[in-house]
Amino acid sequence: MKSYDIVIVGGGPAGLAAAASAKENGIDSILILERDRELGGILNQCIHNGFGLHTFKEELTGPEYAGRFIEKVEDLGIEYMLNTMVMDISTDKVVTAMNREEGLFEIQAKAIILAMGCRERPRGALNTPGYRPAGIFSAGTAQRLVNMEGYLPGREVVILGSGDIGLIMARRMTIEGAKVKLVAELMPYSGGLKRNIVQCLDDFNIPLKLSHTVVDIDGKDRVKGITLAQVDERNKPIPGTEEYIPCDTLLLSCGLIPENELSRGLGIDMEAVTNGPIVNESLETSAEGVFACGNVLHVHDLVDFVSEEAAMAGKNAVRYIKEARNEEVARIDMVPTDGVRYTVPKYIRLEKMEDTLTVRFRVGGVYKNCYISTYFDGERVMKRKRPVVAPGEMEEIKLSKAKLAEYPNLKTITVKIEEA
Amino acid sequence: MEKRELICIGCPLGCMLTVELEGAEVVNVTGNTCPRGKTYAEKEVTNPTRIVTSSVKVSGGDRVSVACKTKNDIPKGKIFDVARALKDVVVEAPVCIGDVLLENVADTGVEIVATSTAKRK
Ligand SMILES: Cc1cc2nc3c(=O)[nH]c(=O)nc-3n(C[C@H](O)[C@H](O)[C@H](O)COP(=O)(O)OP(=O)(O)OC[C@H]3O[C@@H](n4cnc5c(N)ncnc54)[C@H](O)[C@@H]3O)c2cc1C
Ligand code: SF4
Repeated sequence: MKSYDIVIVGGGPAGLAAAASAKENGIDSILILERDRELGGILNQCIHNGFGLHTFKEELTGPEYAGRFIEKVEDLGIEYMLNTMVMDISTDKVVTAMNREEGLFEIQAKAIILAMGCRERPRGALNTPGYRPAGIFSAGTAQRLVNMEGYLPGREVVILGSGDIGLIMARRMTIEGAKVKLVAELMPYSGGLKRNIVQCLDDFNIPLKLSHTVVDIDGKDRVKGITLAQVDERNKPIPGTEEYIPCDTLLLSCGLIPENELSRGLGIDMEAVTNGPIVNESLETSAEGVFACGNVLHVHDLVDFVSEEAAMAGKNAVRYIKEARNEEVARIDMVPTDGVRYTVPKYIRLEKMEDTLTVRFRVGGVYKNCYISTYFDGERVMKRKRPVVAPGEMEEIKLSKAKLAEYPNLKTITVKIEEA
Repeated sequence: MEKRELICIGCPLGCMLTVELEGAEVVNVTGNTCPRGKTYAEKEVTNPTRIVTSSVKVSGGDRVSVACKTKNDIPKGKIFDVARALKDVVVEAPVCIGDVLLENVADTGVEIVATSTAKRK
């Protein structure tokens, strides 16, 4: 069996940044396994710009951003295998993978970094009875068709769900000559970034119908139209608000969830809110020496933060290999509450913490003029005023090790939204 | 004095900006996290521009299309002219990131550059 110090599953921005960071922190034996025919992950189909302002101080498109990291990985001489699908990971860190040249094969790793990204939610949001005519696509599939296959899947389009991919596809299909009639969103707020609403909808006068959903699809072989209806506070369609919209294509943008088959197969503890693994301050899962970063951990909207998080995972994997383990260390639990839905990490071991630690989270609703407050046990130690927070945008707080050390018996750190 | 609320599109943070105008002149910008926000606000109220991203067909390559963008931003009103100008463009592989695919697109004085690669088949 071949063996490597660090095996990285997935060659998207997370896998690439983790690999580069592991190498820079002094480990040479690294292997990236990628199932696609090229490195770069989802960024290869995200040809719009807006990537990398924080990392490179310039605005790049997806493939350009990925290109920078691919170049870095090549320059550092890191090994990777393409067209190679990881099938299974065992708790003793044997990775089982498959490709055309070698068939099924095993690799022994000392540490593993999970970087498999995310996939689109299945058609959950669409519970309409009747036929499934042609012309219904997920927004991500449509993105791949238009941007990589050069094929426009329809001319008159309705988009259900206002996640970023849906918004970006509204603009993309408009530029390609399609008529995007509207974007319907079940919730009373958009799930996408504000800038995407401005640039992708407002710029082209595409209406965003909040608190609306599709209740019926017309057409047997091909979509001929949809029926739109307004919903009440319990997301139930309000009778009498139905409106028929002729169209030949319906795009579903129902959000993303971490690709978690391998994580589940490994038997690691999962976080119900994110659908990703539970991790500690080192981004290590409940399986010792198995780390997670990027969209497989929790779905990000900014690739810059993916790269940053992944670099930490790479560094920590190196530390895990090089340092002796001291078994039982005290742990401080992170408690998300009052509007904060989850935190990454979920718990902190002070001994292993860096000087500062970024804790990322999402909120469950739109809150205006609020504080993001942090409590050490019962005491509020930090509050930050925010004009508005929304579920579509990831938030963060920074914890300092020095500050934590001032509270020797600290058990919990609570993060919550408070009225200002 | 006139006040206008804008959302900065300089980066995905999407800061909420308030622009104070004296006639056609910008006198103050608040709400921006970085200097780009101020530049954006000043431009957006006087001469709004955008970067256009799209793709063009490739012949003889290992893929059917490559991604591209306007090298600099172009007037917002010209987005569709740029899109139309790209419709019939076919470029010969190989293509590298940064290659100029079209000069002076739709008379904007701006180049179209490749943002992804295509190797020869
Ligand atoms: C449509 C869309 C638009 C976005 N827009 C922006 C934007 O404007 N600005 C911005 O900053 N960010 C944006 N993002 C966010 C950013 O692109 C992602 O957060 C980022 O790509 C996540 O990186 P990742 O490496 O975690 O996942 P991915 O890019 O998904 O990479 C995961 C990789 O793992 C591979 N893989 C999965 N399972 C296996 C397996 N079993 N074996 C081998 N390989 C496997 C996959 O093939 C893939 O290459 C956008 C994301 C999407 C989806
Ligand atoms: S002001 Fe700066 S940080 Fe804020 S959205 Fe604009 S570019 Fe981004």
